[in-house]
Amino acid sequence: MDILERISEKLLDGDDQEVGRLTRQAIEQGLPPRKILDDGLIAGMGIVGQRFKVHEIFLPEVLMAAKAMYAGMDELRPLLVKEGVPSAGKVVLGSVQGDLHDIGKNLVGIMLRGAGFEVIDLGNDVAPERFVETAREQEAPVIGMSALLTTTMPVMKNVVELIREQGLDGQIKTIVGGAPVDAAFAGEIGADAHGFDAANAVERVKLLVGKTSK
Amino acid sequence: MRPLLERLERGETLVADGALGTMLLERGLPPGQCPESVNLERPQILEEIAGLYLEAGAEIIQTNTFGGSPLKLGFYKLEDKVEEINRSAVRAVRNAVGDRAYVSGSCGPSGKILKPYGDADPEKVYYSFRKQMEALIAAGVDVICVETMVDLAEAACAIKAAKDVSAVTPVMATMTFDATPKGFYTIMGVSIEKAASGLQEAGADVVGSNCGQGIENMIQIAWAFRRCSDLPLIIQSNAGLPKTEGGRVVYEETPAFMAEQAGQLLAAGVSIIGGCCGTTPAHIRALRQMVDAVADG
Repeated sequence: MDILERISEKLLDGDDQEVGRLTRQAIEQGLPPRKILDDGLIAGMGIVGQRFKVHEIFLPEVLMAAKAMYAGMDELRPLLVKEGVPSAGKVVLGSVQGDLHDIGKNLVGIMLRGAGFEVIDLGNDVAPERFVETAREQEAPVIGMSALLTTTMPVMKNVVELIREQGLDGQIKTIVGGAPVDAAFAGEIGADAHGFDAANAVERVKLLVGKTSK
Repeated sequence: MRPLLERLERGETLVADGALGTMLLERGLPPGQCPESVNLERPQILEEIAGLYLEAGAEIIQTNTFGGSPLKLGFYKLEDKVEEINRSAVRAVRNAVGDRAYVSGSCGPSGKILKPYGDADPEKVYYSFRKQMEALIAAGVDVICVETMVDLAEAACAIKAAKDVSAVTPVMATMTFDATPKGFYTIMGVSIEKAASGLQEAGADVVGSNCGQGIENMIQIAWAFRRCSDLPLIIQSNAGLPKTEGGRVVYEETPAFMAEQAGQLLAAGVSIIGGCCGTTPAHIRALRQMVDAVADG
């Protein structure tokens, strides 16, 4: 088994120390950082996402795998920056105002990072203005919003409207998700996409990033 | 009123109340506001809702304190108001029901993920729950309901906190399960078998499930609990999964459908039947009629 496969394997085990150590070793061996990222960390998180989706593993395993991924990313980041390796894109992420159920949002963040995206996580209870301001400042083409409470879903519409009011249509795309949020609701409020689970959200964000105009 | 546990031991079936959050929204709680802030600002709404559920036939009525622990209230910077928020909620329900129903002190998750998976220290989570339990029990609840839990360790913190504050106050504990190809699990990977033994070990007097994906799954969950627990069971189901229609959130299961299905909960030996998200006084009335019809045989 080569070292990148071992990184993936240790990531699946949630072994952050080993993933950090193996990533350093891969760097020392002279493997390109991009390759370590793609074929080690991203490949491992892809499997984690798949297994979670089919209920083979649960949230604790995903969280431990994510910690291991971050341990590897910490080693790689300086090199990726130095070599100017572009991220898959920037995504501003948060749970909408008043929503404290952030498990779903955190999962999407983990999976996005695991797919090579740069994620700006604003946390819980994020006001519409903050979503839009952050996306502008950071030049992020995508805003991802999560809600797990039906009471907070209408706030998502406010974000979509704010983007329109500020004339940012086409520059900033929106994706919504969370247990009570379905594709029909996304359509009704004018969001650009709906992610029905964390893995699906990543696929949708990839499509959205391809569509935005600068 | 005879003590709750005594009635359960005699084999009685009790009806609990339905959803609170949706009722609050209908009465003008702005989306995004802390649901427990109502306790301070407009407790009369809570009295009205408790009265509606009482009138519909509920004998166990919950307080509006699902997020009433300091850790959770901290998200809204209301952690200094723990005592008032919990006390006011208990008073409102007591004012409405007197001794015609049991006042059940609701306690939901802390909103934190416990170590090692998250960053919350279990001891801190315990003390957060303990503060809420002190307030609820001092205000005179008849029973505590630890609910919508997905992590057994966190549920145990809440149950132990309640028992440490008052060994004689009964504790009901429910977890929320998803249907998977391998059976029912919480998102944290807790099986029904593990939940049943873990909740009992922590000190729960009544165990079961709430929220979830609708009454049909709940029937299977109830049977699974029955197979691995001798404790009285409580089931509080959602009226299906929420959907949106024309910008409004709707739950599909009608009172008649839910009550008809819920007959099977009785067959599984469930002692307390109530509702969760999407249920209304009409659902509870239908459940009441079903339970009474079965009792009259």
